[in-house]
Amino acid sequence: MPASMNNHLEAAVSEESRQVLTFVLGGETYGVDILRVQEIRGWSAVTKIPHAPAHVLGVLNLRGSIVPIVDLRMRFALGRAEYTGITVIIVMSVVTPAGRRDIGVVVDGVSDVVDLDCTEIKPAPELGAGGATDYILGLASITDRMVVLLDIDRLIGRDLSAMAGAAGETHDAARPGVTADPAAPPPGPGAPAADAA
Amino acid sequence: MTVDLTQFHEAFFEESFEALDAMEAALLKLDVGAPEPELINTIFRVAHSIKGGSATFGFSEIASFTHSLETLLDELRSGTMPVTPEVSDLLLKSVDVLRAMLRAMQATRPIDAQRVSDLQFDLEVVIARKNAPLAAPAREAPATPCAADETPPVWQVRFRPYRELLARGNDPLRLFRELGGLAEVRVQIDAQNLPPLADIQPQDCHLAWTLEVAGRISEEEIRQVFDWAEGDCELLIQRAPAEPPGRAPAPTAAPNPAPARDDTPATPASTPVGEPPAKPESTLSALGDSGSIRVSVEKIDELMNTVGELVITQAMLSQLGGQFEGPRAEQLRAGLVQLERNMRELQESVMRVRMLPISFVFSRFPRMVRDLAHRLGKQIELKLSGEQTELDKTVLEKIGDPLVHLVRNCIDHGIESPERRAAAGKSAAGTVHLDASHRGGNIAVEVSDDGGGLDKSRILAKARDRGLVGPNDVLSDADIYELIFLPGFSTAEKTTDLSGRGVGMDVVRRNVKELGGKIEVGSESGRGSRFTITLPLTLAIVDGQSVAVGKEIYIVPLISIVESLQLKDAQVTRLSGQEEVFSFRGDYLSIIRMHSLFGVDPRTRALHEGLVVVVEGDGRRVGLFVDDLLGQQQVVIKSLEANYGHIDGVSGATILGDGSVALILDVPGLIHIASMRAAA
Repeated sequence: MPASMNNHLEAAVSEESRQVLTFVLGGETYGVDILRVQEIRGWSAVTKIPHAPAHVLGVLNLRGSIVPIVDLRMRFALGRAEYTGITVIIVMSVVTPAGRRDIGVVVDGVSDVVDLDCTEIKPAPELGAGGATDYILGLASITDRMVVLLDIDRLIGRDLSAMAGAAGETHDAARPGVTADPAAPPPGPGAPAADAA
Repeated sequence: MTVDLTQFHEAFFEESFEALDAMEAALLKLDVGAPEPELINTIFRVAHSIKGGSATFGFSEIASFTHSLETLLDELRSGTMPVTPEVSDLLLKSVDVLRAMLRAMQATRPIDAQRVSDLQFDLEVVIARKNAPLAAPAREAPATPCAADETPPVWQVRFRPYRELLARGNDPLRLFRELGGLAEVRVQIDAQNLPPLADIQPQDCHLAWTLEVAGRISEEEIRQVFDWAEGDCELLIQRAPAEPPGRAPAPTAAPNPAPARDDTPATPASTPVGEPPAKPESTLSALGDSGSIRVSVEKIDELMNTVGELVITQAMLSQLGGQFEGPRAEQLRAGLVQLERNMRELQESVMRVRMLPISFVFSRFPRMVRDLAHRLGKQIELKLSGEQTELDKTVLEKIGDPLVHLVRNCIDHGIESPERRAAAGKSAAGTVHLDASHRGGNIAVEVSDDGGGLDKSRILAKARDRGLVGPNDVLSDADIYELIFLPGFSTAEKTTDLSGRGVGMDVVRRNVKELGGKIEVGSESGRGSRFTITLPLTLAIVDGQSVAVGKEIYIVPLISIVESLQLKDAQVTRLSGQEEVFSFRGDYLSIIRMHSLFGVDPRTRALHEGLVVVVEGDGRRVGLFVDDLLGQQQVVIKSLEANYGHIDGVSGATILGDGSVALILDVPGLIHIASMRAAA
């Protein structure tokens, strides 16, 4: 089942049609593969994670497992939204280099599940500088609206693996005056830094 | 009926490993010169059951080796060969070889044939050498009563297997066939317990048999055939009534059968009838098979997880129930209280399933101590106590290596040579004591010896030598003992292959820390040293103190908390305007402000309005500044890494009664972060 899920995503063009969950974010409509969606739930207060990037709001208890919550608005630099009772979290499974992870994504609202004919999916134009659009699978139109299909593995999976590796460092680097200091005390990860110096 | 035997292999291996442990334990207790018959019997039974099992499963190498072993043991059992140190060593080596063979079979690796055949050769040499000159007279004595030219005895054997006999890999047909090879056998089947065809489980045995065995065969020999089915059947062996009375019933291998038994065989019937209940019992206790089942750890973990979820849901319901009003609210609350009680019991029972007595770890030490003492030319007595103290299987598996290190250290460094001990006015034999006990919600494991104790001046000199301590620093005794836990520290005058490379104590401490425990040293010069490891009962649950910082709640593991206190501003000194320190029992501790470290908005930034929790980790202490202390509770540890990643200063998360998530603080990690920041 997971294997077929992957194929479904990667070999999108070869399939005739696919089901996509669409949601609204800052006035735009986005879509993700329905097979990746675990559940849709209302907003509840999250527990903050220290040293996390700003768009990672914190963690939630999802029936016993601890799931990080990402605000897509902030990820796309659309400004912070108010979190109210009608704010929606879409829980998705994301494939990262470290394996499958469940993650919650905060969006403005969930719209619909639509069937998309694969021939309708057009590649995204190479506009964004520096590969900013590489997490976009393609664009499609549904009744005059354009839907941006997201590759959540690229969008969030990459973030996640970066977070896991450098949660502490991002925080330290952001502090003025605190830089990676090769003269740090010997215990811990100081050794490779000393080599570099 | 054919049964796929491979499904029983794993059970056979596990039982064999356990049986070998029992055999090793019995061997170590065996007194050279005056062996206790019951111990030899235990050892013999192990060898015999492994032989039987391996033959059934087609592990011919093991079967052949155990056969030689059994022959030797039989000589010991019958007393025709004395238990010498050489024999005892040989038997211990056999245990090792058998273990290696079983492991190889289990992993379907080729076995070390050379080692096996070498040892088998040694075994046979011993049998041949000790036996050859004696063999003729020794064999003749017991043979006489049997060889009397009278009609051979007829034995009536009633064999009523329990239903599980077949499932344990026993096949009655095999047993009968083997018996048939020894004597003339007539078999009568008793099928009256056979259920209707529709209800028959093909792997259950519903049949019973009555066998008439005629020929030159002793009761003992018949019993041996059924030995492997022992415990899985009712077995009654008696002389057929047709036999003329007055003859000694069971000529055993012992020259004189009468004194070897408890009751004199006055009438032929009384002896065999009286004996069967006694024998299976002793086998059972020797092999530790007391109505238990084997369950894979994953299944138990699954159960643990589900129970953990239930506990959280129950806590949520309780909280909700408190808010209800109305005529039936009282009833609801009563039900919720009952639910809570039942939940707690359920949780405890499930946790107990994972608990094993620490004797599983302790049992390896008698052998290790014996070998080490032998090699180092020291006399050492090992004392074990509290072996029945139970702790979590995961903890148990990980505590073995640190304990081995500690015991080795005690023997190598702690206990002096017999001459030196004599000069100090101590008994020649040193004592190493392993003790386990419950202390509060924790387990304390103590390794102590009555050797020379830690040499403070040498430790200090070494530390100065290595630049770990400044030349003029004054250290307390406790600080000096702490030095031995530093990486690369060793005071052994010469490096032996046992210890002294300095890769011991720091690893020990790290392993213990990984288990959420701590290790402490005490020592008295000339009187000995004592290492105390304190461990949590389980890894899945931690005793925690909830603390509030702003709107967030964090859990501080109780084991790392030293004290909580409120500071007045005057007690705090600022070093270079940044680092805040305060005096605590003669030490200066730095303050970690949790709100600034974790970037949350606190209720207060004034030290005198909040609380400072003094915590200890990595042998260092710091004060954590928090808003408030909440309650103490046991929390179920959840992984943050499953869906997110590692966070510095956080060891995991848990779910609180209201369903929200709280982070569990990693105290050594926090101290590390703080020291990095201070250094920057």
